[in-house]
Amino acid sequence: MFVIPLAWLQLKRERVRLLIAIAGIGFAVFLMFVQLGFRDALFNSAIRFHENVKGDIMLLSTRSNSLISIQSFPQRRLYGLLGLETVENISPVYVGFGLWKNPFWEGLPKSQTRQLMVLGVDPNDDVLSVTGYDAAARKLLKVEDRILFDKQSRAEFGPIATKFEEYQKQGKSIVTEISDRKVTVDGLFELGASFGADGNALTSEANFLRIFTRRDRGEINIGIVKLKQGADLYKSLEAVRKALPGEYRVNPTLKPDEAKEDFIVGEIRVLTKKAFVEVERKYWQNSTSIGFIFTLGAVIGFLVGIVIVYQILYTDVSDHLPEYATLKAMGYKNRYLLKVVFQEALILSVMGFIPGFLLSNGMYTLTRNATALPLAMTTDRTLTVFCLAITMCVISGAIAVRKVQDADPADIF
Amino acid sequence: MTEPIISITGVNHYFGSGNLRKQILFGATTIVEPGEVVIMTGPSGSGKTTLLTLIGALRSTQEGSLKVLGQELLNSSEAVRVALRRNIGYIFQAHNLLKSLTTTQNVMMSLELHTHLSAKEREEMAKDMLAAVGLSDQMLKYTDQLSGGQKQRVAIARALVSSPKLILADEPTAALDKKSGRDAVEIMRKLAKERGSAVMLVTHDNRILDVADRLIHMEDGMLESYDLETEAAPEKAIALG
Repeated sequence: MFVIPLAWLQLKRERVRLLIAIAGIGFAVFLMFVQLGFRDALFNSAIRFHENVKGDIMLLSTRSNSLISIQSFPQRRLYGLLGLETVENISPVYVGFGLWKNPFWEGLPKSQTRQLMVLGVDPNDDVLSVTGYDAAARKLLKVEDRILFDKQSRAEFGPIATKFEEYQKQGKSIVTEISDRKVTVDGLFELGASFGADGNALTSEANFLRIFTRRDRGEINIGIVKLKQGADLYKSLEAVRKALPGEYRVNPTLKPDEAKEDFIVGEIRVLTKKAFVEVERKYWQNSTSIGFIFTLGAVIGFLVGIVIVYQILYTDVSDHLPEYATLKAMGYKNRYLLKVVFQEALILSVMGFIPGFLLSNGMYTLTRNATALPLAMTTDRTLTVFCLAITMCVISGAIAVRKVQDADPADIF
Repeated sequence: MTEPIISITGVNHYFGSGNLRKQILFGATTIVEPGEVVIMTGPSGSGKTTLLTLIGALRSTQEGSLKVLGQELLNSSEAVRVALRRNIGYIFQAHNLLKSLTTTQNVMMSLELHTHLSAKEREEMAKDMLAAVGLSDQMLKYTDQLSGGQKQRVAIARALVSSPKLILADEPTAALDKKSGRDAVEIMRKLAKERGSAVMLVTHDNRILDVADRLIHMEDGMLESYDLETEAAPEKAIALG
């Protein structure tokens, strides 16, 4: 209906103000991206192990909250499921935190140690879909005191990944200690550091028990159940429930659909793979302060954005008040002016989003290189932040348009 | 004779309320015929501008009958007044052009409300109008690149481009020097006559009174009317105007 894009022409006319507005909104967008990005990186790093486990049903101790505070349960509960009709295979996993000695440390103190997560798996079973954990690597782990090292661990563990290849060419291997037990690095795999564990090592259950001498054989941390191809997941869960001893309980806060995939029988918590991932994510999201803090950071970015856009729009409307009054005198309706203000808000949000997005992309790359956290721009988050930026500008616009009512055409004569 | 463009009968107007209520207009009565150029003079605070805003449907009429372009404004709704404003051209003391727009776009703004015109037609009309006020070489300039007289001529072009039946002007020469003020009102008169638009002009500037067909004088909220053809403008009107 209107040929002249007044909103854009007004913004364009005040170049400096437009640049400041774009910088301000870009900053707010950047803040939201960084905070939400860190939050998602935290959650994604925490569930990287869970997502890469190959299995259909997981058994945990009821006392376990998350991977970093995992408790043990008797492995006979797991082995008891082997007889079930639809079960193809079962496999135990041991999880422990040991002190890694950096074998290439040259400074003081003489030996530098750092805590890392050690996973003990049955080398006969293919239970992890991570790069580097192949049949050949599994065969190597059967040898005493052999481990695989996570090449995406933090740099403080030493330049294991680069040195490993160097040593391999010379026919040597890296020897170091985990919790005072001498181990040989026999290969590299890729899992990645998380907020809970700075580095990871993978070994056989026998080697695991050699490192963690206080752990009892048979007291496992995770039980992996693989179902036969084409087996019905829910019928199998039902069978697992009947096979395990003890009382059947369900967390009353769960929805019926969730309760099907997450229930307790006696001392064992039974989870589907999906629920296994979700439980870990929810632990970080809801039971730690970290998720809250990052969300709060994003909220602050949002509020800062509202204030900036409001200031810009308010000044803009104030400056144009006599012009708006003139337009009203000429017969323009209030609605036209409201539209102009909202259009300005939308233009600002889009123009501010672009530099904010580019800056955040750079920040993600920087952070990813510095922390080994899985931080990347996702379509989901891009859309979320874009919608937030638009909401932000629309809210500011809604506050600023009240000023338009002050434009009284009777005052300008 | 055809229906008058403006017909004012016994209009009273008050500002404030309660004890502070003050009467500004006292039974204002006059008629403006189509194509007539009427100048209203009077001292500051006499109620000229108030009457002009009432005629321009920028305020609601409180008492008496006020008909503009055949529309009764007593007890009129906001929607009726907004619709009426689209058929009136306004020229202000401060030109009130939109700083963010070029002169052509400024003139087009008053055509944007006339949706039956195509974008092309609007632009043509705006350009023709700017040429008519002698600004054909300033069409792409922004208003802050123009002189005061040029700005006022853009404002005149904006008011006249849609050929409104009525033009209201409030002190159009107040911010201008003698020559450009004179030029502006002469252009306005000429174009208004060509298009058959009536003009109601409020001014203090007695140098431009001769462009009027008729003078009316406002004093303490009361209107007096003079016909320039039958009698000379009274001393009072000129002295105070």
